[in-house]
Amino acid sequence: MNFDPRYSGRNFSSVGTRPIRPDGVDKVTGRARYGADFNMAGQLVGRVLRSPHAHAIIKKIDTSKAEKLAGVKAVITAKDLPDLTDGDAAMYDILDNSMARKKALYDGHAVAAVAAIDARIARQALKLIEVDYEVLPHVTDVDEAAQHHAPLINDQVFTEGLEEKPAKPSNVTKRTQFGHGDVHKGFAEADFVVERSFKTEQTHQGYIEPHACVASVNPDGTAELWVCTQGHFVYRQHCAQLLGLEASKLRVTSSEIGGGFGGKTHVWAEPVALALSRKAGRPVKLVMTRDEVFRASGPTSATSIDVRIGARKDGTITAAEATLRYSCGPYAGSWAEIGAMTAFACYRLENVKTVGYEVLVNRPKTAAYRAPSAPMAAFAVESSIDELAKELGMDAVDFRIKNAAQEGTRASYGPVYGPIGIGPTLEAVKKHPHMKAPLKANQGRGMACGFWFNFGGQTCTDLNIGMDGTVSLAVGTVDVGGSRASLSLVAAEELGIDYGNVKAIVADTSSLGYNDMTDGSRGTFSSSMATISAARNAIKILKDRAAQMWDIPVEDVTWEKGHAIAKGEKYGNLSPLSLKDIAAKSGTTGGPIAGHSELVADGAGVSFATHICDIEVDPETGATRVIRYTVVQDAGKAVHPTYVEGQYQGGAAQGIGWALNEEYIYGKDGRLQNAGFLDYRIPVCSDLPMIDTQILEIPNPNHPYGVRGVGETSIVPPLAAIANAVSNAVGVRMTHIPMSPPRILAALEAEREG
Amino acid sequence: MAGVAVSTTINGDAVEYLCQPDETLLDVLRDRLGLTGAKEGCGTGDCGACSVIVDGRLVCSCLVLGAEAEGRKVETIEGMAHGDQLHPLQQKFLEHAALQCGICTPGFLIAAKDLLEKNPSPTEEEIRFGLAGNLCRCTGYDKIVRAVEDAANVMKGA
Repeated sequence: MNFDPRYSGRNFSSVGTRPIRPDGVDKVTGRARYGADFNMAGQLVGRVLRSPHAHAIIKKIDTSKAEKLAGVKAVITAKDLPDLTDGDAAMYDILDNSMARKKALYDGHAVAAVAAIDARIARQALKLIEVDYEVLPHVTDVDEAAQHHAPLINDQVFTEGLEEKPAKPSNVTKRTQFGHGDVHKGFAEADFVVERSFKTEQTHQGYIEPHACVASVNPDGTAELWVCTQGHFVYRQHCAQLLGLEASKLRVTSSEIGGGFGGKTHVWAEPVALALSRKAGRPVKLVMTRDEVFRASGPTSATSIDVRIGARKDGTITAAEATLRYSCGPYAGSWAEIGAMTAFACYRLENVKTVGYEVLVNRPKTAAYRAPSAPMAAFAVESSIDELAKELGMDAVDFRIKNAAQEGTRASYGPVYGPIGIGPTLEAVKKHPHMKAPLKANQGRGMACGFWFNFGGQTCTDLNIGMDGTVSLAVGTVDVGGSRASLSLVAAEELGIDYGNVKAIVADTSSLGYNDMTDGSRGTFSSSMATISAARNAIKILKDRAAQMWDIPVEDVTWEKGHAIAKGEKYGNLSPLSLKDIAAKSGTTGGPIAGHSELVADGAGVSFATHICDIEVDPETGATRVIRYTVVQDAGKAVHPTYVEGQYQGGAAQGIGWALNEEYIYGKDGRLQNAGFLDYRIPVCSDLPMIDTQILEIPNPNHPYGVRGVGETSIVPPLAAIANAVSNAVGVRMTHIPMSPPRILAALEAEREG
Repeated sequence: MAGVAVSTTINGDAVEYLCQPDETLLDVLRDRLGLTGAKEGCGTGDCGACSVIVDGRLVCSCLVLGAEAEGRKVETIEGMAHGDQLHPLQQKFLEHAALQCGICTPGFLIAAKDLLEKNPSPTEEEIRFGLAGNLCRCTGYDKIVRAVEDAANVMKGA
């Protein structure tokens, strides 16, 4: 659907206001039901036994003692999840990750599971399962894993994307390359070249709600799954395929979701819960502990990135090049590929080349985390851009403005940009009072830019008008942070009625057609497009009913501000009919009134942000403190500005944690040493200042209101913005994230020793 | 294992239950009494999602045994509103959009209620340190702090 230019000059009635969300009261009273808050009659408690080894052959599993324990109703291993993936490699990986088949591939990999009448018995049963492991050499570091002599995680993997198929297997699953022009020529034209190497450690999305589900497989082959997920339709497909169920017979209901950020886009324990229920003949509730969430869900990649950028004296970038190595866990992924696509997306470059390498390691299977792969690439590139600006003697913002991508620029990953926000966010930052505020001793200021693609995808929406004139909007995109409010606003806007008369809900998989999951910042973008389309379909029916009520041709009826209007002087005696008037008569004019929409929401507009931050560093301890933080981001059109601000602030806070504190720490034994919120410390309230936001609105030409996704881009600039601020504060370039106190002290010491 | 018989008061109501000696108050509330407003985010006292008030003291209910509630007064999120009248903190959390996913919200509301009962006029810093035992991963805390500031002002005026 194209942007309607009439809207740019129009005053919206509902869109752009800040009402209370429809699911709000349930959430402040404790009534909202999340993954672990649901129960079924006769329900059992499921628990999973996990490998203590980073890499081991599973020689034998003896479950006989556990099966004999009173109160145990089912014990399963990989044998109970036979391979039905039919050559689908990605699904096979998901199956193997749900329950290890031949080898345990990381500390925390599931090897068996039990269902028992209570949690205590389930825990006892796990202790009675005997697993005979043959421990193998392991590798957890991304650079070590890429070496030829590294322990091989999968001997069937030969690096894809090379000119010739390699003779030997490798932990490097794939090489990808993007770019255009001739970087050799470009570097030859450069007066200054900066070349740096960077590392980032693995982080976790850190959603506060652990994965949780209730699975019930019935004797007649039907099944139900209640689960916290970002995409219940996708979970249905995955679970149905892995369990050999018909998709139509598996009804998946998405609970309220207690945070996902990409981490609830894959199935983990859900197929296990269904297999337990099938074997026990009873419903099974399976809730991960926090320890299990850290060890066995899907954290980010750890990365190692080399960047080289050259520029002429006048500040024009002549060439840019990056090599990016991303860890994937023990299964193939496309994480470095995404990093390679996003790395230079902010800039207008004649000569650019990026190469990505996907690397297997004995860590959990990498999952998406908010603009997945982009923050690490941005950290490396935006740090190098700052260094180059310094070499040139140019202001960091001016240097970026001079080289920023524009409408018509060919992106480094291929497409040509339409109207975009990178230039405007940089101009806004240049003018922002934050940039002129004085700094004290040991404080530094940094800024950085970020890009994210955004996604549209398959979307289906039902809009039902009740006889009382209120509207029930059923959407299929899970609400992760307020989209039921924004979609209700859009329905109210399009129909011309009050927001209070619309209530959006998330429908289950048996009540609505297929929807892609809530990822790629698509929730409000794509479902608002489907909502507008559904509302317009409903308006056609409303006009038809009004025509019947007036007994005039439908061509003579228009729809304005929530009313049917009879056009023309000849109808001067006909008063407008409100949506409520028409709905009240619907029983006698043709029955219920509804609008449906099924579409692929193409044209998600790309998104850009620029962040500014001030950091204070204690030179004695290396401790850091965020003094001030500002986010400037293009929203296209902010449907509910308060929740847009919330997305900007939340992404910035996650980025702050990633930059300064958060990391997976593995011991030499390949075991995760900090699988809890005490030792994997995410930012708390007293760590942060207020996070200021500025929303820019550069309409997306592919959406009727100009909306762009806003959820993810905010996590892309912080790593680099904070690294630039810390580097400016201490006078040493920081190249390793997180910049924890020991790393800052080590960098200062290395500088002193020269 | 023999159960422990417990008589306690929850949100003003007399309640009796049997629980295992090693069972947490959080598990009792959620699994035996159907009070699922308190959430388990970690089970180790690090996230605050299970916050309740026991005899006027803010605690993580995952670190309290169900048996320890004997003879005490327990306040949970389910008792925070008076009938259909939301507590000012609940109302301000809604108005400021101080929640996105909402899983941490019950814990934050209980912790903020405890904070304002002890310090009706907290500074921003006092709010930030007062709520530092509760983790939120969605909001960056900005709107939570503003909602608590606003609620404190409303409650002082009441």
